[in-house]
Amino acid sequence: MIKQLALSAALALAPVASFAAGDEEQHIEDFAFSFEGPFGTYDQQQLQRGLQIYTEVCAACHGMRYVPLRTLADKDGVGLSDVAVRAYAALNFEVFDPELDDFRPAKPTDHFPANDAVGAPDLSLMAKARAGFHGPYGLGLNQLFKGMGGAEYIASLLNGYTGEEKEEAGTILYENTAFAGGWISMAPPLSDDLVEFADGRASTVRNMSEDVSAFLMWAAEPKMMARKQAGFVGVLFLTLLSVLLYLTNKRIWAPIKGKKTA
Amino acid sequence: MSGIPHDHYEPKTRGEKWLHSRLPIVGLLYDTIMIPTPKNLNWMWIWGIILTFCLALQIVTGIVLVMHYTPHVDMAFASVEHIMRNVNGGYMLRYLHMNGASLFFIAVYAHIFRGLYYGSYKAPREITWIIGMLIFLAMMGTGFMGYVLPWGQMSFWGATVITGLFGAIPFIGDSIQTWLLGGPAVDNATLNRFFSLHYLLPFVIVGLVAVHIWAFHTTGNNNPTGVEVRRGSKAEAEKDTVPFWPYFVIKDLFALAVILVVFWAIVGFMPNYLGHPDNYIEANPLVTPAHIVPEWYFLPFYAILRAFTSEVWVVQIASFITGGIIDAKFFGVLAMFGAIAVMAIVPWLDTSSVRSGRYRPMFKWWFWLLVIDFFALMWLGAMPAEEPYATFSLIASAYWFAYFLVILPIMGVIEKPDPQPATIEEDFEAHYGKTADAGNDAATAPAE
Repeated sequence: MIKQLALSAALALAPVASFAAGDEEQHIEDFAFSFEGPFGTYDQQQLQRGLQIYTEVCAACHGMRYVPLRTLADKDGVGLSDVAVRAYAALNFEVFDPELDDFRPAKPTDHFPANDAVGAPDLSLMAKARAGFHGPYGLGLNQLFKGMGGAEYIASLLNGYTGEEKEEAGTILYENTAFAGGWISMAPPLSDDLVEFADGRASTVRNMSEDVSAFLMWAAEPKMMARKQAGFVGVLFLTLLSVLLYLTNKRIWAPIKGKKTA
Repeated sequence: MSGIPHDHYEPKTRGEKWLHSRLPIVGLLYDTIMIPTPKNLNWMWIWGIILTFCLALQIVTGIVLVMHYTPHVDMAFASVEHIMRNVNGGYMLRYLHMNGASLFFIAVYAHIFRGLYYGSYKAPREITWIIGMLIFLAMMGTGFMGYVLPWGQMSFWGATVITGLFGAIPFIGDSIQTWLLGGPAVDNATLNRFFSLHYLLPFVIVGLVAVHIWAFHTTGNNNPTGVEVRRGSKAEAEKDTVPFWPYFVIKDLFALAVILVVFWAIVGFMPNYLGHPDNYIEANPLVTPAHIVPEWYFLPFYAILRAFTSEVWVVQIASFITGGIIDAKFFGVLAMFGAIAVMAIVPWLDTSSVRSGRYRPMFKWWFWLLVIDFFALMWLGAMPAEEPYATFSLIASAYWFAYFLVILPIMGVIEKPDPQPATIEEDFEAHYGKTADAGNDAATAPAE
């Protein structure tokens, strides 16, 4: 019985082996984000600051083609008012309208525009498309305890510049401790006091990197809070169902099993 | 249907008789659900129900997902994001389907190793075992093609690598690969046919499952002792068995509920834990991911595939004998399919007259080593193809084949088995004591 349980448990844990060992030289810091763990939720203030950084800094090169602008009004996310979303869209983005055959200010029904200007990757899913933690020994247990770490990866990357530069085939590369291979073609995008937060938070590189990473996590997983809630309700009711079925099972088997004679 | 004597359905009302004489469907259902089941089944006998649940879950969530998914290389990835962001409850449907595949494979591996330990594959249950292996193969095909549909980087490159295996077949490999892909490379034609087959195969599995159940309902369930149910009379059979309903239905449902607590927690709290981050990057034929890793449930067989490189002497001999027709790549493919084939023919490889591993002192050691070997292969499949992993993979692969082809046949001859209980009833009473009304039973020894 114990062996069988051990086998079942081992089988249940087996999937962690599915992660290849990451490049060990990459340094990913374990930031403490508010959305980690089963109880974690998004910090609306932080998402709004992150949106501001994305809009003022990242959007110059990076698109976010899968994220509808209207979702900025989701209560479990950035939580802007409908009016604010309409104003934000119209103020910040222009989209091509095939019916007008011309560009027009964006509406909430549009998505964040794609941006292929300099070949920078789309950020819609970036926080899910990178893993912060692997190991130990490719077992992926860190991901079980610390989460997949996509947001940590982004924050580490934004903090990971050493200041070293080199030129390779006409491109300037910047040394970055979080980037695979150590050299990235993106110039350090953040510098202290680059943006001015309405809530008075100091706009240091570290603060900004955390805020924009949290925002990108929301962009990649906008339904996280509803999902976790469904998780809780489900776990609660299934636990209750388990208890009831345990008692039922015990009761119907009682006459078959009789009493221990040993 | 069952060979074990038991009560059959008797239509009572006029309406029931009318239906029964035209279509005995109620009788069929009654016999299926009331099948006499060995009463000593332990918790490793729950996986059948878990698997049935998984199949139903995957079909139901899958059918709804299809309503919102677009199988086209330019739209597939975006349509999955549409499901995740715009479809009501779409994120739950998709995460349930995604993680449901993992639960399916956890359950099927537990189910298979249960069968290997308790000798469930032995006569007269060979057909059940073979059909089970066919289901396993169909599941692997379905899982593989399903992973391609979101059209992420791992989808694309996984499909490229795995279909490339068919290209290793001598002479006709390239033609077969092109025929499978519908073109020279993984592209829209590939995505479309994988989508079509991913929808078809689960229904093939449903059919195979029906035959699987039919087969073991004919032979009766195996049980932890491996001792057959007594079939001399109904009264005798009833000492060894209880009807499936309600005893095992409730027991299995309890186990299912407990497993679903864990499953639901994974879906709710860490749905991407079992996936690969690269699959959230849209497929790009021009960028190869740093590591192409299959889904976790393919890793043991992937490790066997990669273990046989051109430096291995077995491969060199095979290549020399066949004049180079069997090269390292093709050898790896043969080894991978062979690893499943040797498992499928295990009923004829195991020479022991004792069914259950519980009474086989030598077997136990080799069996648990095989379990460890399986997990080792799973880990090695995720490791890069370099030393020391390559050597470990080779050793682990060799053990997999040795277990089935050498150890099992020889052990049956040299092993001295432990004494087995005469009946299932004896085993059951040794665990749980006699039933309260055992006094009515003159055949058994007096109570304490």
